[in-house]
Amino acid sequence: MNMLSEVAVEKVLEKPMNIIPLKMVGKDVSVYYGDKRALYDVNLDVRENTVTALIGPSGCGKSTFLRSLNRMNDTIEGCKVTGRIALDGDDIYDASIDVVELRARVGMVFQKPNPFPKSIYENIAYGPKIHGLARSKADFDQIVEASLQRAGLWNEVKDRLHEGGTGLSGGQQQRLCIARAIAVSPEVILMDEPCSALDPIATAKVEELIHELRANYTIVIVTHSMQQAARVSQRTAMFHLGHLVEENDTDKMFTNPDDQRTQDYIMGRFG
Amino acid sequence: MSTSLILIILLIVGAGAYGLAASRAVRMSGGKLSALHSRPGYYGAYAAIWAILPAALVLAVWLVASPMIVERTVRGGFPDDVKSMPVAEQNLAYGMINAIARGLPMLSAEDTAALSSGSVDVRAKLAEKGVPLAGDVQPYMLEAARTLNAETGTSRLAMTAVVALLALGGAAIALRSVAPRFRARNRVERVILWALVAASSIAILTTVGIVLSMLTEAAHFFREIPPLEFFFGTVWDPRFAGAGSTSAGQFGLIPLLAGTLYIGFVAMLVAVPVGLFAAIYMAEYASPKVRSLAKPLLEVLAGIPTIVYGFFALITVGPFLRDLSMQVNGLLTGNYVNFIQAQSVLTAGIVMGIMLIPYVSSLSDDIITAVPKALRDGSLGLGATRSETIKKVVLPAALPGIVGALLMTASRAIGETMIVVLAAGVAARMQINPFEPMTTVTVKIVAQLTGDLEFTSPQTLVAFALGITLFAITLCLNIYALYIVRKYREQYE
Ligand SMILES: Nc1ncnc2c1ncn2[C@@H]1O[C@H](COP(=O)(O)OP(=O)(O)OP(=O)(O)O)[C@@H](O)[C@H]1O
Ligand SMILES: [Mg+2]
Repeated sequence: MNMLSEVAVEKVLEKPMNIIPLKMVGKDVSVYYGDKRALYDVNLDVRENTVTALIGPSGCGKSTFLRSLNRMNDTIEGCKVTGRIALDGDDIYDASIDVVELRARVGMVFQKPNPFPKSIYENIAYGPKIHGLARSKADFDQIVEASLQRAGLWNEVKDRLHEGGTGLSGGQQQRLCIARAIAVSPEVILMDEPCSALDPIATAKVEELIHELRANYTIVIVTHSMQQAARVSQRTAMFHLGHLVEENDTDKMFTNPDDQRTQDYIMGRFG
Repeated sequence: MSTSLILIILLIVGAGAYGLAASRAVRMSGGKLSALHSRPGYYGAYAAIWAILPAALVLAVWLVASPMIVERTVRGGFPDDVKSMPVAEQNLAYGMINAIARGLPMLSAEDTAALSSGSVDVRAKLAEKGVPLAGDVQPYMLEAARTLNAETGTSRLAMTAVVALLALGGAAIALRSVAPRFRARNRVERVILWALVAASSIAILTTVGIVLSMLTEAAHFFREIPPLEFFFGTVWDPRFAGAGSTSAGQFGLIPLLAGTLYIGFVAMLVAVPVGLFAAIYMAEYASPKVRSLAKPLLEVLAGIPTIVYGFFALITVGPFLRDLSMQVNGLLTGNYVNFIQAQSVLTAGIVMGIMLIPYVSSLSDDIITAVPKALRDGSLGLGATRSETIKKVVLPAALPGIVGALLMTASRAIGETMIVVLAAGVAARMQINPFEPMTTVTVKIVAQLTGDLEFTSPQTLVAFALGITLFAITLCLNIYALYIVRKYREQYE
């Protein structure tokens, strides 16, 4: 993070959790796929400028919860969300909320890198273009460069901005997708297993990136790697069979969890 | 023995070989099937293949070759004066001999005796038995027919013997080779592989054969009409030779090609937007329920024979456009004269376009749905609306595939005949007014080949030149389409 002074980062890091304001609030969130219930009354808050990790065995509803935070569940046929999810105090499922606007504020990075079959430049400029964030070519150039800088990809691609985004390596593609998400200046970034398709080196780069992004963004990340959750997050939430089992400071969660199931899962005894 | 009986016996031998080989394999395994290299069925199949395949191949070759050889012998026995006759007459005579040969076995013993003594009219006698003859029977024909029957009989007997021998021999060899370590499965699979290769070669060879035959006939045509006159001629007027004129007529391709492309263009103008929009709706917006109902309905359109579209054009669309133009003209100028002919480029184009809609829509639909959901999610996740996602991400990603689909559709438009005959007429004219009739290459091919014709005059041979031109055009379109589609596939791999 070259734009932010070390001091600023430290300041964010030092704050005790309980005084950090809540960015998103989930209250009694239940999700149904048709008749099948995938989440049971989840109460989970997301704090500002914090990385929140969602962990739990496969099929426990992590992705489901993540997707309900920016209403990506709307694109799934037969999916119904009940309860209340608020962003800065406003219910995002309220009729007055424009989904499109919401998703511009709550961006998403997917498990598999999914760059558009366009040039690297176009991939980044896509979001700003549809949201009218820039007019002139110079503005776009600036946004593209800044986003790629932040995603730590600029040096690798600055000479080939107009080549296809699909021609990058898996790790570069994933950072491109993160840059693409950053380009629309979201407030929250949701990441669903962003490193599961990457090798350890690329994973390390993305983790470093997440760490740096934290100063400007609120991040929610789903991961299957306990080490990753421990490395990148400040808060961790553990799901099991559609229930939120425990939510705690990451340090506490990985040293002395309150719930036996969390302990078992972290020790690798199930899941 | 009749051929079908031989075939049945072959099958029985094959089935027997199957059973024997399978049970022999089981016996040899000593009850432990895992000791066998292949499952018993494969040993059976291996034996059955050996029993049936060589025998069947020989049978097939024999069935084709035997009549030719017999014919050669019989013709060799013709009296010298017959041999000196023109080939066409000899062929006629041989046809009669064939018929007599067919009729002879139906006659009773005394009739046959009477025939030999020459006391009865062969023609009348055979006609009684339901074998009509084309002419009066010469004595040598009777002789030849007898030879024919005798030769055929011998050939058949020999064939039965050889085939039976081969079947039994094959089965025996296969049975002997059955052993626990014998790799029957691999052998059987190799035979299957060759069968598959044979099937695909048949398709390819047929294509090659068609092209070659068209090429040779077209070459005949170009010997009489210079290619330049054909490819660049602007007048189509193939006077029929019988009409008394000595000139060969003019065979200019350009008016026909112009008509083909013009009508095809109008058709694509109708089909592409409608089909594409329908595809987008089906792929992106329609609920599964609507989709499951509307998609088959749309595809029914593809099942309607084109001649029916032709009626539709002739009876409904053409007159409608004509009357409409009359009203419009009347309202505008007070002069109630139609400016659209009932048969016109426009009518044919519109109706052909309707015919093409399901092709465009179902091909494009497949291509659009093949665009990965991840791309859509990526765009939606950035806050794009659905239509922005379709416009900016899905369609560009699908574009090469869609272009390929459109080219394939275009080659259908170029090959279409029935609609044009009924909707645009048969007049080969060169003009740019879409309200006037024009005609296409395919229509003229039909026109040149309809009726009682000999394939020696340029009037008929031109059909092959037209055909090969059309083939070349659609081939290029299809190759280009395939190339584009393949490139598009690579994008997601
Ligand atoms: N589109 C869908 N339609 C129907 N059921 C779904 C759908 N997506 C998820 N589910 C169900 O909802 C439950 C939770 O799924 P979810 O994808 O949220 O799990 P997850 O925790 O992300 O698992 P993983 O770690 O394997 O990604 C599962 O039982 C799953 O079968
Ligand atoms: Mg998941």
